[in-house]
Amino acid sequence: MKRNSNGSFELYKVSLIIVLFIASIVVTLVSICLGSMSFTMKESLSAVLVADDSAARLIIWHVRLPRILSGGLVGSCLALSGCILQGVMRNYLASPSTIGVTSGASFVGYITLVVFPSLFYLLPIGAIAGAFLTTLIIYAIAYEKGVSPVKMILSGMAIAAVFGAFNDIIRSFFPDRIANATGFLVGSLNGVAWKNFSLILPYALVGIVICFFLPSKMNVLMLGDEMANALGVRTERFRFFLIVISSLLAGAAISVSGLINFVGLIVPHIAKLLIGSDYKYLFPTSIALGYSLVVICDTLGRIILPVGEISVSIVISFVGAPFFLYLLRNKQTA
Amino acid sequence: MYFGFENVSISYGKKKIVQDVTIDFPKGKTTTIIGANGCGKTSLLKTISRAVHPETGKVVFNNRPIGHYKPKALAKKIAYLPQIHESPSDISVRTLISYGRYPYRKFGKGLSEQDHEIIDKTICLTGLDHLQDRTLNNLSGGERQRAWIAMTICQEPEILILDEPITYLDIGYQLEVMELIRTLGAQLNITIIMVLHDINLAARYSHHILSIKDKQIYACGEPRHVITEDKLLDIFNIHSQIHEDHRNTCPFIIPEKK
Repeated sequence: MKRNSNGSFELYKVSLIIVLFIASIVVTLVSICLGSMSFTMKESLSAVLVADDSAARLIIWHVRLPRILSGGLVGSCLALSGCILQGVMRNYLASPSTIGVTSGASFVGYITLVVFPSLFYLLPIGAIAGAFLTTLIIYAIAYEKGVSPVKMILSGMAIAAVFGAFNDIIRSFFPDRIANATGFLVGSLNGVAWKNFSLILPYALVGIVICFFLPSKMNVLMLGDEMANALGVRTERFRFFLIVISSLLAGAAISVSGLINFVGLIVPHIAKLLIGSDYKYLFPTSIALGYSLVVICDTLGRIILPVGEISVSIVISFVGAPFFLYLLRNKQTA
Repeated sequence: MYFGFENVSISYGKKKIVQDVTIDFPKGKTTTIIGANGCGKTSLLKTISRAVHPETGKVVFNNRPIGHYKPKALAKKIAYLPQIHESPSDISVRTLISYGRYPYRKFGKGLSEQDHEIIDKTICLTGLDHLQDRTLNNLSGGERQRAWIAMTICQEPEILILDEPITYLDIGYQLEVMELIRTLGAQLNITIIMVLHDINLAARYSHHILSIKDKQIYACGEPRHVITEDKLLDIFNIHSQIHEDHRNTCPFIIPEKK
């Protein structure tokens, strides 16, 4: 039994996390019911549980559920990745998209698609490798007796621009080669099926499980390199390890959904506002919030138009950007 | 050698900061390093925290170079508080202090019952009982410094290194923190090494004073042997009157115009 005197505060945080996870389940249940064809909760649940030839089974089990679960997983991965990067860089503007990791990941992802159009399963590996290589390049550029977070952000932005340009070139010259990778192009979850889900699940799970062993060390790292060193953390080595994990998470996410901005940036912010900066609580909060945000936005994108749909990245930009501006305006110190 | 520097030289690029410094710090005593700005005081301390690597020479603890210790093993023996510390502002005092137990934590395990006992003891010792649930951004500068010092004490170190622990504090908190440091040093028999700019406080709260000038150790010894008119003229290029503080039995200086 912990004799922690602020036990009631801890209890609050733990209950908040439980509430957020229950909310994720509710969000999932509601969004399998909603769509161009709506079902009641009872119909939806029986479609998930009973394998028959009904239309409900076809739509919900084969289309909606894999899409929702993949989207949620993508959200959790991007949020965790952003959470780690913000800690590593000690900069609240860091996220997989702002430091160029996502554009590097999609660049290598594109190349994989153009060179090996039939080898679908190489995509996550390509994207993870791309994320990792990009981070390494940025890290190397910013390295000078340790990594300067400001340099890292700035070089990340430059790298993002370069890869973005390459991505546009590939898109203009090989439109047919990458056409089969639905979603990957525009940051959409349209057409995501069980095979996509099972493709990224192992990578995402490895990343998420590792995150549960990091909080105490992450917390110490937040005291600054000097202090963390003095407490026995090999800061450079640990930081490198964190970068590998965040690349793994971001790369896995991107290989399903393509470029989705803002999730990796705003979810860690919201999580921090809700639960404080202790990583023990921040990681699970980010997982739950990332999941719900992407699933809600994707569902909105599916139902908001009478015909057709808006891709999830567009919805998130519409929701996320104003929210981010609101944060900037109201939260002076992070 | 218990703890000290052995022929340590430090350079930043081509610029030599200190050259061939050798000193054995007396065990269980408080030693304060003084010297002009940029003389290499902080750089010397940073070689202890391994933030700066000496060009030649080594930092020795218990007759072994500190590089031979595992980081966590060393962190159980030597605690270090940098001049500027950053932290998330929303963590509680108790949480901050608990980070001092990091070197003792086993992989994947939380704080043990014993850790909590030591945290409680440290909080009591540093007089933070009433503040332990407050977050850092709700503390005054002096209280915050007290919390940071408590964190280093929680490491149960033999040696405590403090880089300018009172620099940003008003005179009331300066005295409070110095008293705390003295009490902790005496009660826990910790060897304390710190950098101070205030010569009067250094004289009052240190067993030994080490002064650095021209990249080398200029003088080292009891305060009344190091704090003399001609030595201060050499170290800081100031004239001064030296008086005796009878109540605190230490010298005190009044600086004069050059």
